[in-house]
Amino acid sequence: MFPRPIEKAPAARQIAYKAALPIALIAWLLPLIAVMLTSARSIEDLNKGNYWGLPEKWMLIENYSEIFRVTPMATYMLNSIIITLPTVVVSVAFATMAGFALAKYNIRFRILLFAIFVGGNFIPFQILMIPVRTLTIDLGFYDTPWALIVFHTAFQTGFCTLFMRNFIAALPNELIEAARVEGVSEWKIFRHIIVPLVRPALAALAVLIFTFVWNDYFWSLVLVQSDEVRPITAGLNALKGQWLASWQLISAGSIIAALPPVALFFLMQRHFIAGLTLGATKG
Amino acid sequence: MSQYWRKNQVKIAPWLFLAPAFFVFALYVLNPIAQSVWISFHEWDGLGEKTFIGLANYEELFDDDQFWISLTNNVYWLVLYMLAPPIGLGIALFLNQNVPGIRLVKSLFFFPFVISQVVVGLIFAWFYDPHNGLMTVILGSVGMDPIAVLSDEDLVTYGIIAAGLWPQIAYCMILYLTGLNSLSPDQIEAARLDGAKGLRMLWHVVLPQLMPATFIAIVVTVIGALRSFDLVAIMTDGGPYGSSSVLAYFMYEQSMFNYRMGYGAAIATVLFLIMDVYIAFFLWRMIRAERG
Repeated sequence: MFPRPIEKAPAARQIAYKAALPIALIAWLLPLIAVMLTSARSIEDLNKGNYWGLPEKWMLIENYSEIFRVTPMATYMLNSIIITLPTVVVSVAFATMAGFALAKYNIRFRILLFAIFVGGNFIPFQILMIPVRTLTIDLGFYDTPWALIVFHTAFQTGFCTLFMRNFIAALPNELIEAARVEGVSEWKIFRHIIVPLVRPALAALAVLIFTFVWNDYFWSLVLVQSDEVRPITAGLNALKGQWLASWQLISAGSIIAALPPVALFFLMQRHFIAGLTLGATKG
Repeated sequence: MSQYWRKNQVKIAPWLFLAPAFFVFALYVLNPIAQSVWISFHEWDGLGEKTFIGLANYEELFDDDQFWISLTNNVYWLVLYMLAPPIGLGIALFLNQNVPGIRLVKSLFFFPFVISQVVVGLIFAWFYDPHNGLMTVILGSVGMDPIAVLSDEDLVTYGIIAAGLWPQIAYCMILYLTGLNSLSPDQIEAARLDGAKGLRMLWHVVLPQLMPATFIAIVVTVIGALRSFDLVAIMTDGGPYGSSSVLAYFMYEQSMFNYRMGYGAAIATVLFLIMDVYIAFFLWRMIRAERG
């Protein structure tokens, strides 16, 4: 283990280390802590300039219910869910099939095809913006949830294929070959051998894609425009314009927007981290 | 038919498996790239007819001060973002211990990466607020005047990059924590017996083993730096007077607000070509590893 385990250090250093941990953590998260405190402040507190101390009066429930009452926050939240969930399911499904094809069949152009999916992931969004916007309008999806669902599904399929192909490539070939000798059809091999084996990878991928799509801001500016379909990221920024002085509300909104990915991360931490390393290091 | 299928399904099935993914990816990613490059040779307001004007958009671009400002800012992003891997490594080394509660501490350190850049942007815009922001409070406590970072042409880009570094460092930290977990204990012990420790150990024994993590950290950091859009859009809209714009934002501004699709496409093409260098490098490494 590197660095040398702290248990082997002198007692004074151990104590210093244990004291330094929470201090470092608070310093690192200071901006976020301030926002959390402010989401529980009263307007009077803010007017007095008490931005960084403890709230004089805790308005936690009031502020969080206020934001759902006076702003379309609930709609934004619902829109984000409507956009994110189908995207996760469909892109992961497409990518599992494509990953299987690229990992376990000796087809022509397999490296080229794989490179296209991988390379497509890293391109700047702006190179897609104008044609994707035009296509979305032509398909009649502009300013509907479909605009974002279809685009995100297509785009995330690239990353998912990279991920699934690497995972499936590491599975043993013997099972597949044995099944083939038995005369099992290719679809059944996929359905009954591959899918059960990739379950852990499916979880990792699903959490990651959920976070990517939930946090997207650029496409929610480009492909939708009305409050009825806006996801929470674009919605939050719209609120900032309308509620300029009401920092307690903006803060509460920010916390709400951040909550689902944070909760998911906590629930599925191991999977999440395995996904982020792109399979380059073993998690 | 069914006989033919039975004989050839091993040849046909992979193409059927690939078809849905490839179709959506071709429609929404591959074809738009080609179309954007094509549009960049035209004058177009997004609605009417396109007029072919050859390289005129690119000629105009290279004479446009705003283009050079944005490109320079992208270089600042790229250079300063390179602080994320070493700082992330530093934090990972600090946290790589087995004390009670360390798992929770690690996940809390990772927080900034999980939350949306919109939220990060709002938090930092507020942090920099010259009236009540935390920075003003801190500066005031040591007797300094407030600095309006986001309305200062010389400081604004640094202010936004600092906000971007926060989640980026968290990402690099997690990559290194995972890497540190899979270090070979034998090599570390052997080096310890040889008397290696501290920085020498880090440099000669640990870092070489962390190469895969470093590679991914650098790739995602470069891509993150060149993709920077959200924070600029949230915190300043490229202002004041375009001084914090980056190519991604400049492109968005020209096409969405000025209806200059051809010009916007030309900016996007330039950004795409810059990123292709890194994408090509990544693919080359990946394919080389693949062929073993």
